[in-house]
Amino acid sequence: MSQGGIWIAILVAAAVSLAVRALPLTLIRRKIRNRFIRSFLFYVPYVTLAVMTFPAMVDAAVHPAAGIAALFAGTAAAWSGAGLFPVAIISCVVEYLTGLL
Amino acid sequence: MRRDRNETRRLVLRGLRDGFPIGLGYFAVAFSLGITARGAGVSPLQGWIASILNHASAGEYALYSLIAANAAYWEIAAVIFVTNMRYLLMSASLSQKMPRQAGFLRRLTTGFFITDEIFGLGIAWPGTLSSLYLGAAFVLADAMWATGTLCGILAGNVLPAEVVTALSVAIYGMFLAIIIPPARKNRTVAGLVLAAFAFSFAASRLLPGLSEGMRTVILTVTLSATAACLFPVSDGDEDGTEGGMKA
Repeated sequence: MSQGGIWIAILVAAAVSLAVRALPLTLIRRKIRNRFIRSFLFYVPYVTLAVMTFPAMVDAAVHPAAGIAALFAGTAAAWSGAGLFPVAIISCVVEYLTGLL
Repeated sequence: MRRDRNETRRLVLRGLRDGFPIGLGYFAVAFSLGITARGAGVSPLQGWIASILNHASAGEYALYSLIAANAAYWEIAAVIFVTNMRYLLMSASLSQKMPRQAGFLRRLTTGFFITDEIFGLGIAWPGTLSSLYLGAAFVLADAMWATGTLCGILAGNVLPAEVVTALSVAIYGMFLAIIIPPARKNRTVAGLVLAAFAFSFAASRLLPGLSEGMRTVILTVTLSATAACLFPVSDGDEDGTEGGMKA
């Protein structure tokens, strides 16, 4: 693709991403009262993040065992109340160390 | 609505504090993305701008692959829409946490902030969302994301492969930190997380042709809708779980 073409591609992608991200936020202006929709939106984040975590976390590791070890270590750390950063670091270190085995 | 300077400072600092670990993970992922971009003939400046504006790993990976394949613009638009479709759901979910009086511009910018991880911070925030907090976290994380892409394009492969791999796991560790504490408090959420793991794994192995973005959208809609039918929440449940979250 030409340099100009790449710039247009980047702008097209940016416009579509912004629309996807901002449309519901700008259009849905009030508290949703419908119990089903409220429950649905309440569960959405957990399902989305869970789907994205597994098996992607295992596949991202050097070998599956290292990924599973990191998954368990991260889950245990989060279960015992560790925050975002500690859990991330623990997962990385466990993946790195078990990856060396 | 006015807030005093101390309050502003507190929100911004807290946003930067929570945005930094996200940015570290981003840097590593974006670095490897930069290597892909370099292969597609994307210049450092183009990669930097593309990352600031798009800030989505799957979406940008698709973008660079399509640029390399010399794809049509409508095709790029369609693929970016599908790979980023989960943000529609996240945006709808966040709309319920916006103060009612929030105007168009504030809603637009808050929407622009959405990434998987920034969204995670947003839902973990107790009560009405602070756009200032979320914005501070986003600006730092996005800057590190764009810098990572830039470095990846400029430097190519200088970090040892094992380090890049280990860093790429950081993102998933953050996801765990967001979903596990509420799962511990709420049995439905716990069951849902396990079901999501199981279905996601099954789909990835049985339907390899299904893209990760589409898999996320389809499973999110079906599993959340099923849970909403079987276990509808009352106000108390929502507040209890969200208030108990830590990020």
